[in-house]
Amino acid sequence: MKIEEQTTTPIDVGKLIGRVEQFRSGGYRLVQINATKVGDLYEINYSFDKDYKFENIRITIPIEMEVPSISGMYWGAFVYENEMHDLFGIQVKGINIDYKGNLIKTTIRYPFGAGAVVKGEKP
Amino acid sequence: MAFFEMTKIAIKTLLRSPATIRYPFQPAKKTPISRGHVTIDASLCISCGTCQRKCPSQAILINKEAKTWQIDRFRCVVCNSCVDTCPAKCLAMDTQYTAPVTTKGVEVVTITYVKPPKPVANGAAAGGEAKT
Amino acid sequence: MTKRIVIPFGPQHPVLPEPIHFDLVLEDERVVEALPTIGYVHRGLERLIEKREYPEYVYIVERTCGICSFIHSLTYCQGIEQIMEIEVPERAQFLRTIWSEYSRLHSHLLWLGCFADGIGFENLFMNAWRIRESILDVLEQTTGGRVIQSSCKVGGVRRDITHEKLEQMAADLATIQKEIEDLSTVFLQDDSIKHRLKKVGVLSKEDAYHLGAVGPTARGSGVAIDIRKTGYVAYGKLNVEVVTENDGDCYARCAVRARELFTSIDLIKQAIRKIPEGPIDVKVTGAPNGEYFSRSEQPRGELVHYLKGNGTKFLVRSRIRTPTLTNVPPLVKMLQGCELADVPAIILTIDPCIGCMER
Repeated sequence: MKIEEQTTTPIDVGKLIGRVEQFRSGGYRLVQINATKVGDLYEINYSFDKDYKFENIRITIPIEMEVPSISGMYWGAFVYENEMHDLFGIQVKGINIDYKGNLIKTTIRYPFGAGAVVKGEKP
Repeated sequence: MAFFEMTKIAIKTLLRSPATIRYPFQPAKKTPISRGHVTIDASLCISCGTCQRKCPSQAILINKEAKTWQIDRFRCVVCNSCVDTCPAKCLAMDTQYTAPVTTKGVEVVTITYVKPPKPVANGAAAGGEAKT
Repeated sequence: MTKRIVIPFGPQHPVLPEPIHFDLVLEDERVVEALPTIGYVHRGLERLIEKREYPEYVYIVERTCGICSFIHSLTYCQGIEQIMEIEVPERAQFLRTIWSEYSRLHSHLLWLGCFADGIGFENLFMNAWRIRESILDVLEQTTGGRVIQSSCKVGGVRRDITHEKLEQMAADLATIQKEIEDLSTVFLQDDSIKHRLKKVGVLSKEDAYHLGAVGPTARGSGVAIDIRKTGYVAYGKLNVEVVTENDGDCYARCAVRARELFTSIDLIKQAIRKIPEGPIDVKVTGAPNGEYFSRSEQPRGELVHYLKGNGTKFLVRSRIRTPTLTNVPPLVKMLQGCELADVPAIILTIDPCIGCMER
């Protein structure tokens, strides 16, 4: 039994701000932003919702590419973008409240991304 | 319009018996399916290692050559995963919590399982029941 | 020219159940800006997905949080079932609904107690937790654990509830409902509580929607978002009532949670009446290949689990976005312009569950 339809649209980094503007003027609210490491590339999902209709857009970038921040349109996006930077090392430009790496302080920098270490397991 | 509502509740609780249990002088509340700690019947364990693989906190360690089954009580989160997946049904969940100790360590149990010998096949009957 | 001072709030504070830090910029006694810092209980649970096979990962997910643990495991199992297209039997769906609503009752009673303690009303705190004990007793009698239930698995549930036990639960709810009525009369009508909470920490409807507020934080400002309306588990067959208030202040959010206690009791009674007979689980083989955003309604708001599998027994990515993370920007907005003495009450009013915010 399918609960709800979910659409995922891959788009270009250059078109991200335009698409998010469309969502904003359409009355959508931001649900979440997250990143996944697939090989050497990072997939970033932006999820929006209106009246329980769920839509998702995705950009795929290498680690060196800068991503523009959407906090100009969605003021609350700074939490997700700072967390993405602290855990994965993704460079986001233009966040309204920029913690510069101090939101989540870990011993190893970027623990989910480039700095990921696999420790030997204790029995 | 509320009139001294909180006073009514306060007086009711004053006249009732206490809602707390004077633990450890009175025993803690337990139900028959409460999860306390894992126990093993060492004569049934076949050393298959399923409980070691399924444990989410890696608290169980089995040594086949030395025939030991050890559990670190402080890593165990009493999730019931090993009890559910054990094929020989030698693990069970007891309702009492692990008692506090002063030094950390592992609990080692020697496995005393003896594989029953295969019954001799008479004529063309099907072979014996290996218990694995 | 007024001088500005910066005061640190937290991570250790008597009203906070879990550690979070704020830098409050004050002019005299009025807060001008607030800057949150998180990361005190970050455990990196999402990395464990590489080491634990997907059926065992349920035990990790449900230990993300102690208060909302059943709904975490339910959302995860639902996500895997949607990716693998597994059909869960109806009795299991109803059992999951009943346990979710008991979790919601337990969480709201816990919050009401902590909130009363935060504004100094200790007698009310103890009374709210006394009622919570009877809810925890039911959870222990039916699943074996008071706070961590361990009864959801991929493909169904692990334990069944007998018909007699369900009847007894429905009868006990009548007593609990009477006690909750007395308790919520105090919360909603008492003069000292009204004086502390009315017109404090106001969040307008526009701000609540666009800053991403969810759960009672949004419903207290008039935004009617409740994921139970999408009809996951058995909610499609039950009559779900969405509780909203319009004022947007701390009193409104408190009233939403107090009234939601009654809708939860009503939902449990409906589910007990409608639960069908049948099996409680299906056998699951294979591994998930695909991705899905699994959404559900936790007591604090909308929970999203993003799961991605590639056909092996280890998933590629599990991302948990909890409602507290998305309620932090509205909290920062609420704190601007309030008095210093109101800061603890406002921070408690979004129901901060920092343990699951930072996993």
